[in-house]
Amino acid sequence: MSTETVAEPVATDATVGVPVPETIRLQATRRFGRVLAPHELWRYRDLAFQIAARDVTVRYRQTALGAAWAILQPVGFMIVFSLFFGRVAGVSSDGLPYALFSLAALVPWTYFANVMLLGSESLVANSSLVAKIYFPRIFMPAGVLAAGLLDLGISLVILFAIVLIYGLVPTVAVLMLPVLVLIMLAAALGVTAGLSALNVRYRDVRYVIPFAIQMWLFATPVAYPSSLIDEPWRTLSAINPMVGVVEGFRWATLGTADAPWALIGVSAASALVVLFAGLIYFDRVERSFADFI
Amino acid sequence: MGEVAIETRGLGKSYMLGLSRRGYGTLRESLVEAAKGSLGRLAGRRGERPDGDTLWALRDLSLTIERGEVVGLIGHNGAGKSTLLKILSRIVEPTEGWADVTGRTGSLLEVGTGFHPELTGRENIFLNGAILGMRRAEIRRRFDEIVEFAEIERFLDTPVKRYSSGMSVRLAFAVAAHLEPEILLVDEVLAVGDAAFQRKSLGKMSEVAEAGRTVVFVSHNLAILQALCQRGVLLERGRAVADAPVAEAIDGYLRTLERAAGGDLLERTDRDTRAYDESLISSVEVRDTEGGLADTVVAGRAAKIAVGVTAVLPMMECRLEIHNSLGHPVATLDSEVSSPVDVRDSELGPLIECEVETLPLLPGRYRIDVLLKGKRQIQDGLQAACFFDVEPGVVADRPTPISGADGDVVLQHTWRLPS
Repeated sequence: MSTETVAEPVATDATVGVPVPETIRLQATRRFGRVLAPHELWRYRDLAFQIAARDVTVRYRQTALGAAWAILQPVGFMIVFSLFFGRVAGVSSDGLPYALFSLAALVPWTYFANVMLLGSESLVANSSLVAKIYFPRIFMPAGVLAAGLLDLGISLVILFAIVLIYGLVPTVAVLMLPVLVLIMLAAALGVTAGLSALNVRYRDVRYVIPFAIQMWLFATPVAYPSSLIDEPWRTLSAINPMVGVVEGFRWATLGTADAPWALIGVSAASALVVLFAGLIYFDRVERSFADFI
Repeated sequence: MGEVAIETRGLGKSYMLGLSRRGYGTLRESLVEAAKGSLGRLAGRRGERPDGDTLWALRDLSLTIERGEVVGLIGHNGAGKSTLLKILSRIVEPTEGWADVTGRTGSLLEVGTGFHPELTGRENIFLNGAILGMRRAEIRRRFDEIVEFAEIERFLDTPVKRYSSGMSVRLAFAVAAHLEPEILLVDEVLAVGDAAFQRKSLGKMSEVAEAGRTVVFVSHNLAILQALCQRGVLLERGRAVADAPVAEAIDGYLRTLERAAGGDLLERTDRDTRAYDESLISSVEVRDTEGGLADTVVAGRAAKIAVGVTAVLPMMECRLEIHNSLGHPVATLDSEVSSPVDVRDSELGPLIECEVETLPLLPGRYRIDVLLKGKRQIQDGLQAACFFDVEPGVVADRPTPISGADGDVVLQHTWRLPS
């Protein structure tokens, strides 16, 4: 829906000091809508916060293990991967202890996979809200991302603890971590926004997601190093934004010698493309959510 | 006064039949269509399909509502009332025309939307308040009032899933009632809670209305509309057919109800939207079993209400709601609340009959809303399926008053007076 502001709220009635209420015009939109309208997002900031807070509270209250899940999932995978890929298959780990090598990648991957799974369902799962209340719909998938950050933070702490136990000391590269998280968030928001919107129209999406996540895991160097791939394919594979994120996480947390700048660069560019593609599709269909949900 | 709060010009909303009414499109269907060259649909564009399968829920509506007006929207099911509220509250986008809304809008289309059962009452107040558009500071300021209004002080830190349904409804309404928007859009939400709470809610609503705020209100309860609103807009098949003082608009509505009841019931399109449609209500008739005159019965005599249906289904049930001329419910007869004297008769054919031994209604005009169930599903529903007049008569050897101005029902009674 287009929301042209006819009268700005800055104008005030000189005598009483009452702000002149703004007029919002509701009509069919032909151009881009409001997903990226900062004014609109800012106005509903309290709701965004409440939705994220709700997701966190409910998750920690409903699950018996609560915060432990943030740790159990990546650590569980780490153990399985270490046994099968590290020991049995003898996959190279670029000279690092295999457990550390896989955990550094599993921490961001787990976040990404969980967010993709929950985020793509977020609109459908909140269909009563979408059908009855107006708010910027992007808060639903974005709220899942925000709520997941707590888990990501917890698992990062555990990762650093294990790194220290192994006697490694993180280098200054650790300062790149926020940038890597941002790249991951951009990709995750693009993917979940697009998928959650698609899910409103086509419930098939629900069945595709778990499968897609598994395929994506194998396409990402979590269990194996990307150094197994020959150039130029290695750099090209970073079109998958998680390639740069995962290799970047290894470098930033484990202090490996050479920084994978090429991978990070390609992945960052690709993440931006994914972000905008997802948001543009979301924007195109957002106005019809209530008609279909 | 004189300032415009809501202005609409040529407002319309259409839905595509088939795709939006039942079920969801599958990806395969869309891919096939995309392959046929209509990529537009996948991209969410619309208006490219032929006119044949579009349904106009609202069409060509031009309205001006001034600040401080309390306007009631009146009309049958599917007349476009809820669609208009959804457009004004920005949930759906109009297909054509525009609406200018000036001022902070709060909408209350359903009580308790967004309540989360795992969260406590306290947490839900903040969540629900934010959902309704309240700022955090505002909720904190009014928190005690909300809690007091809902009467849940002791359960503030209990998850809402442990609340009784009455408690959660009270809490939900309390949050909504303390919303202070300049424009309030309300859809049929006063019909919740017990009688005492309903009265309290109604009081709160008139307080809101008197405080000079703009209210657009939808209700099937004409008495509430009449009490709260000054102005009524009557919608029929998506168009505004009357815009007048509320009493006039209600009269207009009652006349359209009668006109609809006069025609062939099977041709009516304002049927219950939840309906399954395997069996439809084809006729409804009230007959005085002694006099035999259709649609006129005498108070105190036996009456029979006969509902004709198009098909006999397993487990058929029928619910008749009798309303007075103001739309106030007077009595509900529900076959699901069964009694040993009820009969299931295989010889009866596609007909449901309900007999009232002594009709205890005062003289006046009444209407019947019918809900038909079968196979445990709602099959059909019609508001104002039939109108009937009650003539003065004798109930338990006592003559009824000539007019129904003193209530709707007659009670069998005995006096004991000093002599």
